[in-house]
Amino acid sequence: MSTPIKFLTQNFGAYDTSSIGSYMNIGGFSALKKAVNMDPEAICTLLSDAKIKGRGGAEYPLGRKWSQARAVRGENKVIICNADEGETTTFKDRELIKNDPFNLIEAMIIAGFVCGATDGYIYMRAEYACFRPLLLNAIRQAKNYGFLGENILGKGFNFNIHLYSGGGAYVCGEGTALIRSIEGKAGRPRMKPPFIKVSGVFARPTCLNNVESLSLVPHLLNDKDTYLNCGRGESIGTKLISVAGNVNKPGVFEIPFGTTVREIIYDLAGGMQHDRGIQLIQFGGASGKVTDASILDTPYTYEDLRAAGVMVGSGGILVIDKRTSIIDFLRMNQEFFSEESCGQCTPCREGNLHIKIILDKLAAGTATPEDIRTMATIARVMSMSSLCGLGETAQNSLQSAMKKFPEVFDLGGASA
Amino acid sequence: MLTTQTKEYPLPADLQAKIDLVLESHDNDPTQIVGILLDVQDLHERHYVPEPTAYYLADRLSIPVTNVFDCLNFYSELSSRPRAKYPIQVCSSPACRVNRIDTERLLSTLQDLLDIKIGEITYDGRFTLERTTCYGACDRAPAVRINGHVYDHLDSTEKIEALLRSLQ
Ligand SMILES: Cc1cc2nc3c(=O)[nH]c(=O)nc-3n(C[C@H](O)[C@H](O)[C@H](O)COP(=O)(O)O)c2cc1C
Ligand code: SF4
Ligand code: FES
Repeated sequence: MSTPIKFLTQNFGAYDTSSIGSYMNIGGFSALKKAVNMDPEAICTLLSDAKIKGRGGAEYPLGRKWSQARAVRGENKVIICNADEGETTTFKDRELIKNDPFNLIEAMIIAGFVCGATDGYIYMRAEYACFRPLLLNAIRQAKNYGFLGENILGKGFNFNIHLYSGGGAYVCGEGTALIRSIEGKAGRPRMKPPFIKVSGVFARPTCLNNVESLSLVPHLLNDKDTYLNCGRGESIGTKLISVAGNVNKPGVFEIPFGTTVREIIYDLAGGMQHDRGIQLIQFGGASGKVTDASILDTPYTYEDLRAAGVMVGSGGILVIDKRTSIIDFLRMNQEFFSEESCGQCTPCREGNLHIKIILDKLAAGTATPEDIRTMATIARVMSMSSLCGLGETAQNSLQSAMKKFPEVFDLGGASA
Repeated sequence: MLTTQTKEYPLPADLQAKIDLVLESHDNDPTQIVGILLDVQDLHERHYVPEPTAYYLADRLSIPVTNVFDCLNFYSELSSRPRAKYPIQVCSSPACRVNRIDTERLLSTLQDLLDIKIGEITYDGRFTLERTTCYGACDRAPAVRINGHVYDHLDSTEKIEALLRSLQ
């Protein structure tokens, strides 16, 4: 049986999310008060010691990112909180915003202090618009209490937070697209360099972080020992995961790294509906990789999942039973990318279209071995030559499925 | 230059006043255009941004009207064409769709009860059926999203009927 843990989620239900007083009664803003009396570089070191990797999907080390943001020369730096949460089967940030909005605000102020930023932007997907009043209220109250604005806590540090709304485009989770969206444009990604850490929102140096990555920081400052004592190997601490698909109890769970996939699916998520067998598991949302039930006894850590051919990514876990075939799943996943590609570069726009056509042929039984080869080539070309991360990762599921389930794609001589 | 365009697209005074309130709540900040358009389209009973409104916004925010239309076309939550009083969004992404029986019943029941197919509008303009990608309610399937609100666990015909009846 897996041991439940409440570190990142310790404030859930513990205070009235519409009241800063209630938040302060449970120790809210004590991490900020601590932080402003620390050397910012020491905070980066703490994050590096805890080996926190970005929770948005790219798994970039948080301590290193903040340290680099500090080192960039430039005025009016910016912190962005990426609350676009567009990956399928991923809804953990939703719970953090809903249940602990003040912690997120506190985290952004700390990020601003550490990186030397003057503005923070929260970019939240349109689908979460119901949480706008909650966040706007939290920002207003923090301002009234002097945690935002000028000369915060008497330290001569100025910081404000602005809330922006997405418009239902998955690609806007990508850094440069998100920034264009904040600038009031359509969110089409742009070429890099310049990298956003040098030239981001309104050409200001910008540090982009996921909701969960940020939310960890105040807790870590308050109580690093609990965090550092959790986990396994290089994967220290806890992780928020969201599980859905054909499980009995889909939902969001906090686990210590090292919990096995079996414990996640069978204990936390209540097992499979009608005890059906597992066909496949996808880790990390639509852009994530897939595997089969052979992963059940693998501990959920960055290293172990990678060794098993998948990734933590966004923290989403999709479990599918035998009623859905591999090809049908891939077609659903492909529809997502065909819909969400912004269409400005050829490999992604055309690649997604043609892979969908071949998958449809495969489902209809009319595909040839030549089609399969073409599909593999398109997938490879897309990941090498697309302009942004969407096109680069769209075929992760297909490529991993071709490796894991070769029999599905082996048409032999019969249909050739 | 923009002003001359707006003059050809007069808006009723009360609508103008409502739009001005929305602009106010976004600090009249042109970079907030996506949030503004989301709010403005909800002022219209059929949840879209008509052309005169787009011109008016461009003028008030001092941005090119092409910028407004680019956003309207790019973001799937925005529409420059009339939708319905209750656009019913059904998720077409895997986590919802693999719950086959529930999802198929949901879709077929909605299509039967409303007598429309995906993409069509009921004769009275009350309902449309739209397929969308994952809206982050994967743990609440079978669900629909209507005007930003998720109605979840619609696992019986009765519940679906009751939902439709409640939307007048
Ligand atoms: C197409 C695409 C969509 C993305 N969507 C999100 C998202 O919804 N939320 C998120 O935090 N990161 C998303 N990312 C990753 C971000 O670009 C970025 O790496 C991340 O926000 C950095 O924060 P982190 O280091 O804290 O993870 C996306 C990336 C791509 C390429
Ligand atoms: S890879 Fe796809 S989403 Fe990214 S810029 Fe190219 S077309 Fe747009
Ligand atoms: S897959 Fe349907 S809401 Fe996420």
